[in-house]
Amino acid sequence: MVSRVTDDYTHMVTAGCQAVCEPAFWAGFDRSSAAGFYDYFCQLTEHEPKRAAKFGLPHFSWLCINPKESEDLKLADDVLAIIPKFLDRPNVLGIGEIGLNKNSRNEIKVLEKHVDLAARHHQLILVHTPHLEDKLKGTRLIVDLIKSDKRIQPGRVIIDHVEEHTVQLVLDAGMWAGMTLYPESKCSPARAIDMVEMYGNEQIWMNCACDWGVSDPLAVPKTALEMRKRGHRAEAIDKLVFQNPAKFLGQCPNFKLPEL
Amino acid sequence: MTRQQTLDLYFMDARWKLIDLAAFIDRVERAEGEDDFRMKAFRTALMELSKGNREKAKQVLLAFSDPTTEPIPTATTKAACGAWPGAQ
Ligand SMILES: [Zn+2]
Repeated sequence: MVSRVTDDYTHMVTAGCQAVCEPAFWAGFDRSSAAGFYDYFCQLTEHEPKRAAKFGLPHFSWLCINPKESEDLKLADDVLAIIPKFLDRPNVLGIGEIGLNKNSRNEIKVLEKHVDLAARHHQLILVHTPHLEDKLKGTRLIVDLIKSDKRIQPGRVIIDHVEEHTVQLVLDAGMWAGMTLYPESKCSPARAIDMVEMYGNEQIWMNCACDWGVSDPLAVPKTALEMRKRGHRAEAIDKLVFQNPAKFLGQCPNFKLPEL
Repeated sequence: MTRQQTLDLYFMDARWKLIDLAAFIDRVERAEGEDDFRMKAFRTALMELSKGNREKAKQVLLAFSDPTTEPIPTATTKAACGAWPGAQ
């Protein structure tokens, strides 16, 4: 939410959002040093939760150096070294969004180091998969890499931004699948519902792209509305938009929601 | 939903998108020059729509995808371009 205006918080609360989970991601430009990441992690674990709290919205975050900045191994090592200092912050859910962007060798080395960090600190893992033509290859590489680390339980991993050609391979690996909704160019609300109808509603959830690009923090509630139009029952909608994410995130002791 | 209900909910939207797609192809073909690897992948993907496959969205995505399994040596760009250059 560091890229969003305060009005977005108002709209999310008005639409019924119960919590916001913000992964560490690319700032739209490359940071020049690990100190830039230190400040960013402070923003994610100190300032942003306070901003969200003003609107009654619990704020959680994930920490990492994202794959778009993983080509520089020295920078990645420096950032990986400061992450443990932040892991005991009360709003931290785990390591993410790690993964691949262009499927390069250095990106894979940095992904391996993040998976090792998560294993050593018993953290949940949130994974970004590459976009467009790179997604299929990247998803295969990521799933194989994580499966090969026997310390990681697949049910504690969510592979995000799945589409029709990757969702089954993620679910077959026993991992959770995240469908990220975009107003243009990637997965739409209608396609996300199609995937649920085709591949089932277990270990799957939706999230909003909510970044520096064209994105919509209300994409999930709007998709719930689309499900109603298709005749999905209220319990099925609640499972997909609330119960499933709460079940996965509930594996982290930090994830607590106020009693409704 | 029944097929009739599905058509009632989505037909107008799909019709609009189909015409937009046709206009895009007309626009490309009116312009001087040759197709590049993206347009070639696009035409391959289009053919998936007239096959009887029940997973057309998946097949279209696969038509645009890099099918290789080896990591690339170095990432020289951040953004993907939508089609795999190696397919041409
Ligand atoms: Zn991502």
